[in-house]
Amino acid sequence: MQHGKYRFIVGFLAAPLALYALFVIWPFIQSIYYSLTDWTGLSPEFGFVGFDNYSRMLDDEIFWKSLQHSLTLAVVLPLVTVGLALFFAFMLNVGGRRRRGAAIAGVRGSAFYKIVYFFPQVLSIAIVALLFQFAYNPNSGAINSALQLVGLGSIQPDWLGDPDLALLCVMAVLVWSTVGFFVVLFSAGMASIPRDFYEAALLDGANRFTTFFKITLPLLWDTVQSGWIYMGILALGAESFAVVQIMTVGPNGGGPDYSTVVLPLYVYQKAFRDGQAAYATTIGVALLLVTLAFAAIVMKLGRRERLEF
Amino acid sequence: MGSTSAQTNEGLGRRDLIKRSAAIGLISVPTMGFLSACASSSGDGNEKVEKGQKTDKNPLGVNESAPLDFVLFDGGFGQQYAKDAIKVYETNYPKAKVKFTPTQKITTELQPRFNGGNPPDLIDNSGAEQMDMGVLVGQKQLADLTALLDSASVDDPSKKVRDTLRPGIVEMGQFDGDPVWILYYAYTVYGVWYSQKLLDSLDAKYPETWDEMLAVCEKAKKKGIAGWTYAGKHPYYLPFSLYPMIGKVGGREVLDAIDNLEPKAWEHPAVKACFEAYYELVQKGYILKGTPGLDHIQSQTAWTEGKALFIPNGSWVENEAAKTMPADFNLAVSAPSGLDASDKMPFGTMWASGGEPFIVPAKAANPEGGMEQLRIMLSEASSKNFTQSVKSLSAYNGGTDGIELTPGLKSGVAALEKAGQNVVNPRLQDWYVALQKEKIGVAGIGEMMAGRATPAETIKKIQKFADEAAKDSSIKHYKHQ
Repeated sequence: MQHGKYRFIVGFLAAPLALYALFVIWPFIQSIYYSLTDWTGLSPEFGFVGFDNYSRMLDDEIFWKSLQHSLTLAVVLPLVTVGLALFFAFMLNVGGRRRRGAAIAGVRGSAFYKIVYFFPQVLSIAIVALLFQFAYNPNSGAINSALQLVGLGSIQPDWLGDPDLALLCVMAVLVWSTVGFFVVLFSAGMASIPRDFYEAALLDGANRFTTFFKITLPLLWDTVQSGWIYMGILALGAESFAVVQIMTVGPNGGGPDYSTVVLPLYVYQKAFRDGQAAYATTIGVALLLVTLAFAAIVMKLGRRERLEF
Repeated sequence: MGSTSAQTNEGLGRRDLIKRSAAIGLISVPTMGFLSACASSSGDGNEKVEKGQKTDKNPLGVNESAPLDFVLFDGGFGQQYAKDAIKVYETNYPKAKVKFTPTQKITTELQPRFNGGNPPDLIDNSGAEQMDMGVLVGQKQLADLTALLDSASVDDPSKKVRDTLRPGIVEMGQFDGDPVWILYYAYTVYGVWYSQKLLDSLDAKYPETWDEMLAVCEKAKKKGIAGWTYAGKHPYYLPFSLYPMIGKVGGREVLDAIDNLEPKAWEHPAVKACFEAYYELVQKGYILKGTPGLDHIQSQTAWTEGKALFIPNGSWVENEAAKTMPADFNLAVSAPSGLDASDKMPFGTMWASGGEPFIVPAKAANPEGGMEQLRIMLSEASSKNFTQSVKSLSAYNGGTDGIELTPGLKSGVAALEKAGQNVVNPRLQDWYVALQKEKIGVAGIGEMMAGRATPAETIKKIQKFADEAAKDSSIKHYKHQ
């Protein structure tokens, strides 16, 4: 049955692969080439400088800060988002009180909650960032006003203006805006788990906790792993850039005292503000390595025996 | 139920295949593709248009039928003033077609055009996405505007354009040596802005020394008004009053040393004294609560609402805050307060300099047209039109007679008169953008004014930033002549 399988696959993939090579792989190679030059991005002339940009990057304090923040985002965001989404999805689909005629059910009003969770997903990330920028306004923003309303007027943090809080504020927004997508994704996954598994577990007297860890999570593992990688890439790439660039302090974002600068933002600043496009591609190469390493680690860690049902 | 078929070693599972290719695709897209998309390439570039005949009416020799490509930063000053000037150009050269593009995304739109060698003929390179002038000059991308400056002015053919400009405008457009690369069209007065009405209601005068400043702030505090607020998210607004204060206390040489990135420039006692003075505002609680988390619009709004007395800003604030400013606000600007009588320069020393940098790219198809458009904008009529509609002075010296000035503008003109020769012009913000805004501004002064760093720590930090910039071979360095 395996005979000729690769020829078959290649036959179908040749055209997309060619496009992929032209529009994805080739720019990569170009970028690596540009990272070895002193191209400014403002004129077509440049010279070859070897690994100067790389040695400069290793001495660059801000690069290390942005790397650290990007890594923090890549570890914390998937953990929190996927964790929360799993919890919500479980409660919406399985975690409700037992009702007559159904072995498993979601909590009351779960259909409504599903829509509410998904709602941020339909908003553009730029709009979300802008909305939260107003909410975080220490003077008249929604959050501090709410604190005042409940009698906590003495606690009025500067939020995005405080280097200790700024990155947390950014992470909270990213979690808020992405968790709904994963709730829906995991709900779909859970819907395909056969009900008899749950019924059997319930007959054996399993509680919600056991049901979740012994049945739901293992059977959902593939979905969770994909979600994990997807979220990590969001955290390393476009979404974190947008939120940081729009929300946080500084000429182009980056937070007070560089407290929220992330790799894609730093690439942007170097390329489009400082006229150092070659150095920006160097940082881009670093970002590529980080992202590849992230995906590799997650796939390695996530590999486990597949359960069949 | 189905198997996923990945257990055997023989085959690459269908899911695995899709998952892996999807993962690789996801990784690659957000990272670098976009950068090389605009990579330098073929770009045959512009073909220069033929020059026209030089005549008395056309001293630059503009080709009368060549199209003109004009890109304007559509910011605080809007675009009407440029449209009006274009009308004049089109009247003078009826055969010429002007392509006008107002935008806020200067870099996004123009970087690829510079790279491809087909930039427009005239650019107002301003705003948050301003292209780095140092790099443009260093890469020989700009045309020398000397021809424009030496041509006859529109109003008086016996005068050169150069002679009709405000002091400092020509020098600001030079980097080193004679060529003039930039023409700053607006003339900005920086300083401490306040509501004369609010100050009067406190029964106070604008403080000339720091002790008086503290006294006024204390008075305001008792009435529940904060002494100061500033653009907390953009703390590089603070230097608008802080740098001239340093100049006043320690003399021009201190500011020049800072601009020249001299070692230990920031450790001068005048810098320390001024930093400590500002820090005192923080310690005594004279800064509006929450200020470090406000952006420029939010802080200006709090200030126009009367929650704070003073704000360091530039003369664009009158236009920018017009929407929230009460009719009887009575906007005024003052030169920064000094420390005491031992200051090196008199009270009135202030920062004023060109704003809205206009450039003509070296590779423009019709550079004469770009310069001619500038020459028209520097006529008395266009300048008056600009001043009247956007409440800002222009580089044209004069042009305020016969038009009714708004309160802020009037106060700015008066402050300039009082300053006389004592106008300082720190160059960090146009020479070293990243150093000034992000490092000194946000990471240095911003942290100090949020109360998270002492003046001594801040000075040490900023000195380190300046030393790094001085050593950094990837940025071009400039010195005061």
